[in-house]
Amino acid sequence: MQTCALSTRQLNLWYGLFHALKNVDFCVYANAITALIGPSGCGKSTLLRCFNRMNDLIDDVIIKGSIHVEGRDLSTIDIIELRRSVGMVFQRPNPFPFSIYDNLVYGLQTHGIAKKCYPDIVERCLRAVDLWDDLKDRLHKPALELSEEMKQRLCIARVLTIEPRIILLDEPCSALDPIATMKIEELMIELKERYTILIVTHNMQQAARVSDYTGFMLLGELVEFGETSRIFTSPSDERTEGYITGRFG
Amino acid sequence: MRLPPRFVNTLVALLLDLVALGTVGILVVIVCVIVVKGIAYIDLNFLFTYPEDMGRHGGVFPSLIGTIFLVALSICFATPLGLGTAIYLTEYTKETMMTKTIRFGVESLAGIPSILYGLFGFIFFVIKLKMGWSLISGALTLTIMILPTIIRTSEEAIKAVPRSLRIVSHSLGATLWETTLKVVLPCAAPGILTGIMLSIGRAVGETAAVIFTMGSSLRLPTSLFDSGRTLAVHFYILAREGISMEKAYATALVLVVSILAVNILAYYIMHKVIAKYS
Repeated sequence: MQTCALSTRQLNLWYGLFHALKNVDFCVYANAITALIGPSGCGKSTLLRCFNRMNDLIDDVIIKGSIHVEGRDLSTIDIIELRRSVGMVFQRPNPFPFSIYDNLVYGLQTHGIAKKCYPDIVERCLRAVDLWDDLKDRLHKPALELSEEMKQRLCIARVLTIEPRIILLDEPCSALDPIATMKIEELMIELKERYTILIVTHNMQQAARVSDYTGFMLLGELVEFGETSRIFTSPSDERTEGYITGRFG
Repeated sequence: MRLPPRFVNTLVALLLDLVALGTVGILVVIVCVIVVKGIAYIDLNFLFTYPEDMGRHGGVFPSLIGTIFLVALSICFATPLGLGTAIYLTEYTKETMMTKTIRFGVESLAGIPSILYGLFGFIFFVIKLKMGWSLISGALTLTIMILPTIIRTSEEAIKAVPRSLRIVSHSLGATLWETTLKVVLPCAAPGILTGIMLSIGRAVGETAAVIFTMGSSLRLPTSLFDSGRTLAVHFYILAREGISMEKAYATALVLVVSILAVNILAYYIMHKVIAKYS
């Protein structure tokens, strides 16, 4: 039995009166890729955002139930420490309008890492996302000049600089073309050696291609969760089957 | 009868050309008049000597220095206050009755004629706080006067920074203050600078509020509690009291050129900032 890097128990979440997550029991296994799929508005991004407390930034959120990160109760973890161990990559590439280098050292400054370590960390993280050869000579150029795919890679590199153990990806490829998507997917598979990855995706083929485990969500419920190969070949819930075979969604 | 769309289109384009030309034209005429009438009386002596005989002869040195001190002081007071208010309103609080009241107050403040600021400054700073007609009274009065401009422009600039940048900053573990200082403010800097420039323009050109609070002494202000006369006030008195129209135009030219210089400088700084952050 593998250990859960992230888990929830009887998790309920309301945005004002809207019941967005209903009794969710969920587990993300360490050093694997777990995908969350489901139609728009089913709560998959909301669930993802619970794990690094990004929902805190929204007013009127009520959360009941327990969330554990690496075995520790979320409420006992300092928020800055939490966000250092649980990194996040967003739907749209969102580099700061600074230079490439300044983007990469932003998190390091925040966490008070010694300046002399910056060059090594920058190189290591850019290598990890396969951008080093392209960018090593123009680190001080504006990040906004990069292509969308390179921006998204840069954003992944940026999150790697703070050495999280878990990475949350919120539809990271939805703003990218198919070839760029393929490259990011290859990158994810490389990264899972060292990181636990939870990805929310609209794209079922993507979930099938990259993930080890898949959770299917519908109307705030986690309908089914299991190994990706089983979910996509013999789902036990007819709603999962309906979604996967394209009857709705 | 319906006019042919093509004709209307050409007509509108022509009208807009005229309107734009007219606006620029007025500016050009004003500047030309000042330059033509003033240039003959300007030399380095005019800039660096003291006025004699009420300004009939001599230069504008004390007024030049007085203007620079006054404007610099009021910007130094108003920028932290105004920027702080703007940051509070946009980043540190939710939309409540309180923020609405503050915004309403700021807007009302912006609509008050400058003579009233002068009167208030006179009653409060000059008389009540016993600061007398002085640089500090003038600077504090101008601070209140330009505060609304700085708050409004800074607020707009800060609001224009995409929310996604704040969110990603938080997701990397930054606190609200780090996010504000390292992401929001740098991105909003061009807009904030524009507001400061507008304020400098207003402060440099102000007369009513300044006469009431800084006085119109022709001495060189050497301390915060010295009275003094800005270029705009000097110009006003020279022209109003018929002392010397030549000197008045020369003073006006110095005023216009210094505003232009400030604007060019700001433009230059802004480009540096924009080049760094976009």
